[in-house]
Amino acid sequence: MLRELKFAIAATVASFVLVGPMAAQDGTPQQGGTLNVVIQPEPPGLMVGLIQNGPTQMVAGDIYESLLRYDANLQPTGQLAESWEISEDGKTYTFKLRKGVVFHDGKPFTSADVKFSMDKFLRESHSRMRTYMQHVESIETPDDHTVVFNLKQPFGPFIGIFEPGTAPMIPKHIYEGTDFANNPANNTPIGTGPFKFDEWVKGSYIHLVKNPDYYMEGKPHVDEVYYHVIPDAASRAVAYETGKVDVLPGGSIENFDVPRIRDMENTCITDKGWEYFGPLSWLWINLNNKPLDDVKVRQAMMHALDREFAKDALWNGLGKVATGPLSSSTRFYSDSTPDISYDPEKAKKLLSESSYNGETIRLLGLPYGETWQRWAEAVKQNLTEIGIKVEIVPSDVAGWNQKVSDRDFDLAFTYLYQYGDPALGVSRTYMSTNAKVGSPWNNVANYQNPEVDKMFDEAALMASPDDRAAAYKTIQDQIVSDVPNLWLLELGFPTIYRCNIKNPVNTAFGVNDGFRDVWIEKAK
Amino acid sequence: MTRFILGRLIKAGFILLAILIFNFLLIHAAPGDPAAVMAGEAGAADEKFLADLRERFGLDQPLYIQLWTYLQGAVQLDLGFSYRQQMPVAELIADRLPATLLLTGVAFLLSLSLGVLAGVAASARQGSWGDTIISTLALLFYATPLFWVALMAALVFSVWLGWLPGFGYSTVGAGYTGWAHALDVAKHLVLPATTLGLFFTAIYMRMTRASMLEVSRLDFVKTARAKGVKRRVILRRHILRNALLPVITLAGLQAGQIFGGAILTETVFAWPGIGRLMFEAINQRDYAVILGVFYISGAMVLLFNLITDVFYVIIDPRIRLTG
Repeated sequence: MLRELKFAIAATVASFVLVGPMAAQDGTPQQGGTLNVVIQPEPPGLMVGLIQNGPTQMVAGDIYESLLRYDANLQPTGQLAESWEISEDGKTYTFKLRKGVVFHDGKPFTSADVKFSMDKFLRESHSRMRTYMQHVESIETPDDHTVVFNLKQPFGPFIGIFEPGTAPMIPKHIYEGTDFANNPANNTPIGTGPFKFDEWVKGSYIHLVKNPDYYMEGKPHVDEVYYHVIPDAASRAVAYETGKVDVLPGGSIENFDVPRIRDMENTCITDKGWEYFGPLSWLWINLNNKPLDDVKVRQAMMHALDREFAKDALWNGLGKVATGPLSSSTRFYSDSTPDISYDPEKAKKLLSESSYNGETIRLLGLPYGETWQRWAEAVKQNLTEIGIKVEIVPSDVAGWNQKVSDRDFDLAFTYLYQYGDPALGVSRTYMSTNAKVGSPWNNVANYQNPEVDKMFDEAALMASPDDRAAAYKTIQDQIVSDVPNLWLLELGFPTIYRCNIKNPVNTAFGVNDGFRDVWIEKAK
Repeated sequence: MTRFILGRLIKAGFILLAILIFNFLLIHAAPGDPAAVMAGEAGAADEKFLADLRERFGLDQPLYIQLWTYLQGAVQLDLGFSYRQQMPVAELIADRLPATLLLTGVAFLLSLSLGVLAGVAASARQGSWGDTIISTLALLFYATPLFWVALMAALVFSVWLGWLPGFGYSTVGAGYTGWAHALDVAKHLVLPATTLGLFFTAIYMRMTRASMLEVSRLDFVKTARAKGVKRRVILRRHILRNALLPVITLAGLQAGQIFGGAILTETVFAWPGIGRLMFEAINQRDYAVILGVFYISGAMVLLFNLITDVFYVIIDPRIRLTG
C-alpha cells in the first residue's frame, strides 16, 4: 500500500515536472499585465552589491544585471556583454560590451562602470567577490565598450561569476567616492535591468515597473511586478489560492501544501532554475567530538539514513538523493563515487565494529519551517533504528547561526549553494584553511585532509577543463570515503505559477534572474 | 488627584527604565547577533564582512557602553537606528503604528462592547437557553487557539466563499482613494479584527456574566427590587455599574496592548503592524527595533494602568486614590 502510494506520488510529480517547462515555450509573447510574486522573508535592502540574501537577489535580479547569463547547463550567454574571449593560457578575459545601454537614471553604462563595480565596490563590500577577485591582477578599459581582466593565474571558475547576485553592475556616477553602505541611493536602487524600482511599502509589498528604455526590443513584456510580503507560510498558500499572487518561488510554501496547490487548475510547477545554486543539504558532523571522529561511526550513520523516504515524504519527490559533496548540476560532478546508499544492516554492522558506546548525539535542526523539523525527526528515527541515541536541539535562525559558527553541535542540518563550480561553492566546506570558527559557512565540521587541500588548490587553477574534471573526480572519491558530512538531498525547490504565465524560469537562476522574458497569456 | 497622578508618573518612569535595562540584557543574552543573522542569510561570509557589519552596528563596543549609549538616547526619546532596515526606529514604528492602532483599536472596541452586551444578556436570564448558547460560544472562543481561528477564517471566508480578502492591508496596486480606499481597508480589516476580537470578547463576556450574577445577589439589589424599581433600571444602574470594575481592569490591560500590536494575527493576515515588526526584529536580532517596541508598548501599558485607576474613581466613587 505504502509502496503504491509512493509510486503514485512519484508519478504525479514526474508528470508535472515534465509538463511545466514544455508548456512554457509555446505561443508568441503578449505585452502587458501585472506579475504578482511572493517574497519571503522581506529583504533587508535591495542593493545587491551590499546584501546577498535570497530575497534581495530575487528582486535585484530584475533591477541589476551582470555581463552574462547562464543556461540550465551553466553555459554563458550574453547580457551586458555582447561577446567575450578567454586567452589560450586562461589568464586574459576580454568582454565586448553592448552599446546603447543606459542606467535607470538615463546615464550611459560603460566599461568604467564595470571596472568600478568589480574593482572597487564589490571588492569592498561583497564577501564572495572579495575571494574571487584575489585572482585578478588588473582590469583595463581600452575603450568605453571593452573590458579586459588580467588574472594572476588561470582560474577556471572565473567565467561563471558574471551573474547579478555575484557581479552586479553598479552605477559609478552614483557611488564613486561615497560611503557605499550608507549611500541614500541604496533605498532607490538603480541598475540597467528590465524593471525599475518604484516603491517599497515596508511590511506589504515592493513595486517594480517596466523600464521603457530597456535595450532589448520589446522587453520586458509585463508592465509591472509586485513582490508581496506575506510572513506566514499558510497565508502564502491562501494568497495563491485566492488569486492574489500568481508566482510562488521555491520555498514559499510548506512542502506539505505543495500537492494541494499543484492540483489546482491552471497551475504549473517546475523544479528547474536552481542549477547554478545547486542547493545541497547535509548534516554537519562535528569531527572534534567523540565518537564522531571515528570514520566507522560516520559510515554507519550515512548508511542508516533513508534519504529516498525523506525525498518522497518530505519533499514531494522533488530533488535528488545526493551522492557526495557535489550537486549533480555543478560542473565536474562525478556519478561514480563510493556507495553511500540506505542499508540499515550494513549500518548496524559498521556501528558494532566502531567505538560508539551509547553516547547521546545532539542533532541541531534547521529552523526554516515545518519540513525541516519533520526531517530532523526522520533522521532521529533512522539513527535510533540502528542503535544511536539522538536528541533534537531546537533553535531559531540566529541561534542556529551561532551554534554552528561556534561548533556547538554533534550533528547539524544545513544546505549550501554551490555557485556552479566546486572552486566557488564546494571547496570552502572541506578545506582545512577554511576550518575557522566564526561563520556557519566555513568548514565547521573541522575536516582536515592535506591531500584534499592540495588537490582543491591545484584544481581551481588548472587551465584545462579536462584536467579539472580528473582532479575533482579524485577529490570527490576521497571525500566520500572519509564521510566528513552526511549528505542528504540535492534540494528540489518547486516554483509554482499559473500556466498562463510564460517563461518564469528559463536560466540556471530561475526567478532570481529577473522577469525579462516573462509574458502573460490573456484569457481567451 | 494631581498629586496621585504625578507620583504615579514618576514611578512609571523608573519602571520603564527597568523594563529597558532588563530587555536590553535579555535580548543580548539570546544567541546570535544581527551581523551573524545577516551573514547567515547571505549564505557566505568572510571575517571582514562580519567585522565590518559589527563595527557599523556598534556591536564591537563592550555591552555596558552599548547599554549606556542606548539609555542616553532613550531618555531623550531617541529610539536609535535600525541598521538592518536602514531607517530610524522611531520612523519604522511610526510607519507601522496606524495599521496596528486600527486593528487593535477596532478589535478592542468590538470585543469590549460585544463582550459586555453578551455578558449582560446571559446573566439577565441565567440558565435559559440563550445563556447556555452564549456561554458555550464564549467557552469555545476562549479555548480555541488564535492562529487556528485565523487560518480557518481565511480558509472559509477567503478561499471557499471568496467574500473577504484573506490577507494584507489594502488591495495592492488598485490605486483607490478616499472612500473607496477606506472601504477596501475595512474589508481587509474584517477577518483579522474579528479573529483578534473573539478571544477578548469571550473573556469580557465571561467576566461580565460572573460579576453581574455576583452583584445581583447583594442586598442593595434586593432592596431596589423591593422598592419596585424597574428591572431594566436595576440591571443598568445597580448591577452593571457595580459589576464593571473587574471588566475595566481587564480592558485597561488590553488597551495597553493596543500599541504593542498582535503578533499572531498580524503575521497570519500579513497585516503590516507593530507586532510583526517586533516578531521579525526578534528573529533578526534587530536590537534597536525590539527595544523601541518594548519602550513604546511598555510606556503605553503604564499609561493605561494609570488611566484605568482614574477610571475606577469615576465609576465607583467609594474608591479613593492614594499614591
